[in-house]
Amino acid sequence: MTLLAIVTLLPLIGAIALLAIPAEEEGLHRGIGFAVALGTFFLSLLLVPGLTPAQWNSVVDWTWVGALGIHFKLGVDGISVFLVILTTFLMPIAMLSSWRSVQKKVREYMITLLILETGMIGAFVALDLFVFYVFWEVMLIPMYLLIGIWGGDRRIYASIKFVLYTMVGSLLMIVAILYLYVQHHEATQVWSFDYDELRRLVLSPREQLFCFLAFASAFCIKVPLFPFHTWLPDAHVEAPTAGSVILAGVLLKFGTYGLLRFAMPMFPSAVAMCAPYLTILAVIGIVYGSLVAWVQTDVKKLIAYSSVAHLGFVVLGLMAWNGRGVDGAMLTMLAHGISTGGLFLAIGVLYERRHTRRLDEFGGIAAVMPKFTAVFLIVTLASVGLPGLSGFPGEFLILLGSFDSWRTWGGMPHMFGFGSHPKIIASVAATGVILGAVYLLWMFQKVMFGPNNNPKNKQLPDLSAREIAVFVPIVIAAFWLGLYPATFLARIDPAVTQTLAQFRQKAADAPGKGYTPRMLARDSAPSATSATAIGAMDGDHGQPGHDHGSHR
Amino acid sequence: MDEFPLYLIPLLPLCGAAINLLFGRHLPRAAVAAIGCTAVAMAAVLAWKAFALLEHAGPSGVLTASFFEGDWIYATEASGPSLHIGAGLLFDRLSGVMVLVITTVGFLIHLYSTAYMEDDPGLARYFGYLNLFTGAMLILVLGDSLPVTFVGWEGVGLCSYLLIGFWFDKEQNAYAGRKAFIVNRIGDFGFLLGMFLLFSATSTLKYSELGAADSMGALQHAFLGKWSFAAIASLLLFVGATGKSAQLPLYVWLPDAMAGPTPVSALIHAATMVTAGVYMIARLHFIFAIDPFVLAVIASVGAATALFAATVGVTQKPIKKILAYSTVSQLGFMFIGVGVGATGAGVFHLVTHAFFKAGLFLGAGSIMHALAGEEDVTKMGGLARRMPITRWTFLVYCLAIAGIFPFSGFFSKDAILAGAFAFDADVPGFPHWLGFAIYAVGLCAAFLTAFYMFRAYWLVFGGKFRGDPHTFDHAHESPPAMTVPLVALAVGSALLGLLGIPEAMIAHANLFEEWLAPVLASGHAESPHLSAGLEWGLMLCASGVALGGIFLARSLYANGISPTADRIAEGLPRLYKIVFNKYHVDEIYDLLVIRPLRAVARFFWKVIDGLIIDLILVRGSALVVDLVGRGARFFQSGDVQRYVVGVIVGTGAIVGISANWTACNAAPFEVTVAGADVTVHARGMSPGQVARPKNQQLEYSFDFGDGTGEGKPQPSSVGKHHYDAKGKKTITVRVRDPRWDTRSKESRTVVIPGVPAEGRGGVR
Repeated sequence: MTLLAIVTLLPLIGAIALLAIPAEEEGLHRGIGFAVALGTFFLSLLLVPGLTPAQWNSVVDWTWVGALGIHFKLGVDGISVFLVILTTFLMPIAMLSSWRSVQKKVREYMITLLILETGMIGAFVALDLFVFYVFWEVMLIPMYLLIGIWGGDRRIYASIKFVLYTMVGSLLMIVAILYLYVQHHEATQVWSFDYDELRRLVLSPREQLFCFLAFASAFCIKVPLFPFHTWLPDAHVEAPTAGSVILAGVLLKFGTYGLLRFAMPMFPSAVAMCAPYLTILAVIGIVYGSLVAWVQTDVKKLIAYSSVAHLGFVVLGLMAWNGRGVDGAMLTMLAHGISTGGLFLAIGVLYERRHTRRLDEFGGIAAVMPKFTAVFLIVTLASVGLPGLSGFPGEFLILLGSFDSWRTWGGMPHMFGFGSHPKIIASVAATGVILGAVYLLWMFQKVMFGPNNNPKNKQLPDLSAREIAVFVPIVIAAFWLGLYPATFLARIDPAVTQTLAQFRQKAADAPGKGYTPRMLARDSAPSATSATAIGAMDGDHGQPGHDHGSHR
Repeated sequence: MDEFPLYLIPLLPLCGAAINLLFGRHLPRAAVAAIGCTAVAMAAVLAWKAFALLEHAGPSGVLTASFFEGDWIYATEASGPSLHIGAGLLFDRLSGVMVLVITTVGFLIHLYSTAYMEDDPGLARYFGYLNLFTGAMLILVLGDSLPVTFVGWEGVGLCSYLLIGFWFDKEQNAYAGRKAFIVNRIGDFGFLLGMFLLFSATSTLKYSELGAADSMGALQHAFLGKWSFAAIASLLLFVGATGKSAQLPLYVWLPDAMAGPTPVSALIHAATMVTAGVYMIARLHFIFAIDPFVLAVIASVGAATALFAATVGVTQKPIKKILAYSTVSQLGFMFIGVGVGATGAGVFHLVTHAFFKAGLFLGAGSIMHALAGEEDVTKMGGLARRMPITRWTFLVYCLAIAGIFPFSGFFSKDAILAGAFAFDADVPGFPHWLGFAIYAVGLCAAFLTAFYMFRAYWLVFGGKFRGDPHTFDHAHESPPAMTVPLVALAVGSALLGLLGIPEAMIAHANLFEEWLAPVLASGHAESPHLSAGLEWGLMLCASGVALGGIFLARSLYANGISPTADRIAEGLPRLYKIVFNKYHVDEIYDLLVIRPLRAVARFFWKVIDGLIIDLILVRGSALVVDLVGRGARFFQSGDVQRYVVGVIVGTGAIVGISANWTACNAAPFEVTVAGADVTVHARGMSPGQVARPKNQQLEYSFDFGDGTGEGKPQPSSVGKHHYDAKGKKTITVRVRDPRWDTRSKESRTVVIPGVPAEGRGGVR
């Protein structure tokens, strides 16, 4: 099956094709670029029917560097398929939104976006860690250019901050990938970056911890988890609308996707050790992000901080590491892509008209832009997490999952006595439900309601046909996710169940009882012993690696 | 029974909303109004039909339906039960009553709105929101599980937000809407946590399954600390109820909510949405009843709210504010009802209140309509002749809310007060006279209710007009679209009480309680039975108090504001001012909650984000890198000899480290001791590892520390030994990697417990 390869590489091919067209033909560039992105979207939809969620679908496996065991291996499962579609869905929308606002270097702009798209899709579907890393870095550069070339006044500072922050994490990650690669060779005498191979590698708790931390640092910066989040507000504020949409809508998801796909399944004992701390950071992120968002005066910054809070929810769900939590995390990743993407598009509409994003410059817009009011209200409420719209099912599942977290897969060191009880932690996180309404409705009221006093705001034109075309898909997606999430859960849930089962199986093979490095048996289905395995973990991880005293 | 299309009842208003919100601006105004009204009327017809079906189905019959097949939200769990939340609806005797009230009163208010909002440019938006609200409210009461109810719960909150801020160009309206939404969200926080806790214990959120014996058992016997899950969950759910139903301390949004159009206040902030909390507690009464402490809390909060809001209502001047505080107070009565175990009475009061309070608001709207929007009752007066229909209907509502026989409020309020009087208060943490105290507080509130309602009545209709005479000249009776609903609601307010005639008057005539009994009976003590004499006594007492309130109001306000009334206000200046300013609760919340939170948020942003993370950590580390880079220039001089040295040292280091790594990793070992026999497993290489060529295999040697000396290097990582004497022995394993000639060593001390019979030792 090469459908996946086509979906992944089509934007890149489109980008190359654009090079062949003279730079003056701006309309042609826009048209072709948009058509390619739209085509990619429709092709990516074909991945869904016939998808078997709990295994790799339409796998591509081309040998790339045979001697080093590098394969160009791609595949989708129920977890990645919707993230791919989210990417292909937002890209044409982002292009359409910048039809007017970007007039500088149009050809380069379209090429950058298309390369970015290939990078993002590739990173979601890569099944070879080397290929994953390549795609991971590939999407970094176009984003850097997007901010640095088409950004606002402080674009250079913001883009460098973005790149450096992300690079620190990626470098640690590549070290960990190489370590796994070498250890795998040590165990099997075969050089391979294959995800399924490396996933079966059993390491000692201490090795797991270091590798997990290396992976997690890359992903937590990307998420961004508190306190690694300060690159995000700057990047968002300076990025052009399309950049913000892609950044918030898709790029941040790589952090949480990476945790779910790589960092957590590969290192069970490290997860047991670190999950409580990451949970605390996630909850801090929720409360902290919400509060800081509330006192912002720049709308884009406000939404950037709201992303910190929303992604905090996602990490919370992942760290709960049960079906509810992880399903919810997946749904919230999609929902956040839709709603925050929509919010940035809405701010883009205002910015195009007024060239400012300061809250106090607006007010009473609802009176002059009724259509805009409707869509802005819907995306705001989707972001608030109103039932019936996209935000709710995910948030609900995450909180429900984290409420019973740790009970379902192990104990937790009681760091703060009763305060570390999962129900207390989930309750603190649930205050995000209140705070979300506080800052988002605050923003909505400041912009849309009140008297329309500013003469500059009295004649603002309502949404054009193009802008309506931008928002309609977003609104439909927001309702779909909220009213009938079963479409998505039907694919996500089996894949998540499978991932959790593999994790349990690996955790059950309690680290330290054997020798490292070695491989887990291939294709072992989740066994009936998994329940006892969890029990074993409970006992185990008060003193992780206790039977490895000889290490030290 | 399953064929009845229940889902149409909420879907019809939702469709009306969709049409009006999407295309309403391009439709003629009459069409907009017609669509809005028809959608609700059709829902009402369907509701009555469903109700008739239910009546035929016998006491335990229910109608069920679902919006779609399969689950709405679900998640599979490997250990423990999975989560399944459907999109199901449940039409039983309780939700049936609610649906009838919502659609019937709702339709009347829609009808009224066609005239009241006639000239508003936002007519389509208005009817769209109103229909949306009706749909959401119907989902709230029809939901067959907590999450579905929660969808409606949040939906009505949204519509309330939108309709309070309907005239959004005024800053304070938008502010009031936002305040309502956020205060409600604080309640929803409790609702959510309560829901999670219930799921945690019972693994279901469906009402029918929550009521099952094993769920109830799980709730009773699971504890967090010394509290049962049932107690904590119901207290949390009650927090949700206080938010939605405007009870202390979360009532603050409701008085401000009067910023919306008056019919909205009638529908949302009097008749339907604010009663959702009462409905939810009635729905889950079997869980709330598990712990009497929870019931006592609910009843106490209800009583406190009833009295508190009534005192504020006495002093207010805008007619809608009086009605708003009156609503808060009456909701308090309903909570007393569900709290003292007279759940049926609480729901009965909910129904009668829906009629007379909706009527009062619509009447107020009619008055304001006539007086060009004037709200202040001290600037009205003498309207009795000008607006006869409004006046007579208003009188009926006032008599009903004051609890005068035989108007509806008499029966429902009496049932609640009787329930409170009979409340068997044996609750730890509460005095044994709790029931009587609640009864007494309720009686005081009832007195104040009669007083402030008739104060308003006489200030509006009695005496002479006190405002601008020009306005008075234009005052006229409202058009039929407004008066017809007024009359219809007045009929309801007058007669509905007859559905709940107490046992003492006519035996077995309490149709309402009988109707609800199958739903409310389970898990609940029988509603209290007092002796007939006592019940008569309570009724007389309540009637006397109500009449007293009316006469006091009459003496003070029947002919305008009497000097005595002014003198009372002047005589108690401080008290009057505090009450008039609503006890300054808003200011206190602002000072204690909002300002500190914003200060903390600013601190986070400026200090933690800006200073600590960004400046010190991020830029600080950049500075360190910069300094290191300056130092590293030494190695970047372009001097080839330096580079060669660097390459050699680097290569050596890499080889050394990686080589040592293998050997280091191989030496750690585990010891198995069996009597005097020990087996040593050095960790070595992985068993799954492909064997290396012979000359590259690791070499192991074992020293068992009993003087036999170190054994010969061997390729196997397993060493065995037999000791001749017991005691502590130090075992040492040495590993050599022949590829690099790197070595490592690991030692450990073991205790040999037994001495063998025959000595046969050595490494095998």
